[in-house]
Amino acid sequence: MKKTRDVVISVVLIAALLGVLRYMELHISPQSQWAMLLTVLKKGSIYALVAVSMNLLNGFTGLFSLGQAGFMMIGAYTYGILTIPVAQRANVYMYYQGGIVQFALPSILGIVLGGIAAAAFAFLIGIPVLRLKSDYLAIATLGFAEIMKVVFMWDSLGPLTNGSNMLREYPTFKTILYPFIVSGICIAIIVMLINSTYGRAFKAIRDDEIAAEAMGINLAHHKRIAFTVSSFFAGISGALLAMYQTNVQAKSYNSAMTYEILLIVVIGGIGSITGSVISSFLFIACSEWVLRFLDETHRIGEFTVPLMRSGFRKVVFSIIIMVIVLFFRQGIMGTREFSISGIINRLTGKSKKSKGGDSNA
Amino acid sequence: MRENVLKVENVTMQFGGVIAVDNMNLLVNEKEIVSLIGPNGAGKTTAFNVITGVYAPTNGAVYFRGQKIVENHPQGKMRKLYKGENNGKYTGVLSPTPDRITSLGIARTFQNIRLWKSQTVFDNVLIAKHLRRTSNLFTATFHLNGAEEARMRRETEELLEILELSDVRDELATSLPYGKQRRLEIARAMATKPSLLLLDEPAAGMNPQETDELTAFIGRLRDEFGLTIFMIEHHMDLVMEISDRIYVLDFGKGIAEGVPEEIQNNPRVIEAYLGGAIDE
Repeated sequence: MKKTRDVVISVVLIAALLGVLRYMELHISPQSQWAMLLTVLKKGSIYALVAVSMNLLNGFTGLFSLGQAGFMMIGAYTYGILTIPVAQRANVYMYYQGGIVQFALPSILGIVLGGIAAAAFAFLIGIPVLRLKSDYLAIATLGFAEIMKVVFMWDSLGPLTNGSNMLREYPTFKTILYPFIVSGICIAIIVMLINSTYGRAFKAIRDDEIAAEAMGINLAHHKRIAFTVSSFFAGISGALLAMYQTNVQAKSYNSAMTYEILLIVVIGGIGSITGSVISSFLFIACSEWVLRFLDETHRIGEFTVPLMRSGFRKVVFSIIIMVIVLFFRQGIMGTREFSISGIINRLTGKSKKSKGGDSNA
Repeated sequence: MRENVLKVENVTMQFGGVIAVDNMNLLVNEKEIVSLIGPNGAGKTTAFNVITGVYAPTNGAVYFRGQKIVENHPQGKMRKLYKGENNGKYTGVLSPTPDRITSLGIARTFQNIRLWKSQTVFDNVLIAKHLRRTSNLFTATFHLNGAEEARMRRETEELLEILELSDVRDELATSLPYGKQRRLEIARAMATKPSLLLLDEPAAGMNPQETDELTAFIGRLRDEFGLTIFMIEHHMDLVMEISDRIYVLDFGKGIAEGVPEEIQNNPRVIEAYLGGAIDE
């Protein structure tokens, strides 16, 4: 009874959200100052997915991995390589005689294969790397991501990856609903995984590995599952990011990108899915839009406001991050989840009894 | 004759120059309560860790229901170090991970309580049910295992009922008083459906009343649930009251074994251990 009510409310809210997004898309002209809002929402939804996938690993399984940008890059490249229309290939691969791939897959298939390619790499790299603990795992995965970046730019792989030139001309999304729906479905799957018996085993590994192993949880197996699943969704978000950016270039998937994602996870709260989603929109809004004015030179009459010049945004941003890390270590949400049923219960004055209710999208 | 459930044969565990367990032999029979006692640092927990696969022993073997589950030999990892007894007797290397041993039906508790800190009492037990799952990643993720999930939750409720933890089921595991945390560890171990339960100091930190309750409860575990129990304990009242047999360990060596009366009157045991304990 209560469950059906929650489902109905969630469906209505998701439909309303998509409706509002569509309305905004149709009615905000590209010239208006609100056009930036659409950009933020698009990029935010993509970052939300990768942040949640990183949270699955860092927050729920306790594996401190920094390979997320690498797996995104694999997803992005897989998508690009497989979906560029045959007619455009000679143009894109102009230095490599049109490349070796001479077919094009439908867009959605490219996204899924992007995820699968990232997962396959993760599975293989996980065999040696997941034996490492904490910081060493972070170093190894970060190293892997950097190595992959260089490999993808390698000239000899040019017929496949276009070397250090960018991939472009592949199909992109036309509407803002596309990244929202794909991200929403993926995040829903991650949430379902976390609430399943496997998710509970992940949390056990995070809390106490020795106890988890003594209670019959196979550490190697479960860590591999978490790592592979997380990379699968990172790959999908990489493919979405490729669609959003309309070109793929290995050098943009650098460690700074991983740190951005890590920051989103930390700001949102390590171990909170909704926290990651909320903070990714906030983070993207701040870095792309709200704090942009700091980069411009402002004059009040004859007086030029000091410090305000190109790059100042990053200084302010760093200070905000330091404040969060120093004083709000739990992030926005801590390990709590934002849930509609929780809010309704609070509004209707019922005591909050069930823990871990959730909603998404 | 009753089937022997656990057999530890010539187990030696050497860490560098320290011999924590030295050529230990012991036997636990079906539905017995066997205690392992000894002064601090005698190697009792190390023995547990060898049986549960945490450490690979330097030499010796462990059998569970006649099946060899742990074996190591001096030609293996510790070749240079091992010069002791039975050198060369064990030629196989078999060092499974703890989860493999647990899946065979041996569950344990920890001396320094290792509950999952961020989880509720209920979830702590429920997570341990993961071992006996039949669902795979796909069916579990898409919640196609509803019947199994319901069964897991029902069995968890039952276990909490048995261990009288139902009233605190939604509290964080670490917010419980010490005695209840120990009981929760037993509940969690039982959730893996063991036939042999290893208890590492189950009464540590409990008050006399809680200890009495625990004594009765361990008896129930055997009589009602048909478990075989092997435990390390320092509370002599508890040990003497419920143990069928007792093994005494001192500086890694087994110095005595027998029924409680024999142990109480054994001069070597009194010298090593009980003497001090009785004077207290």
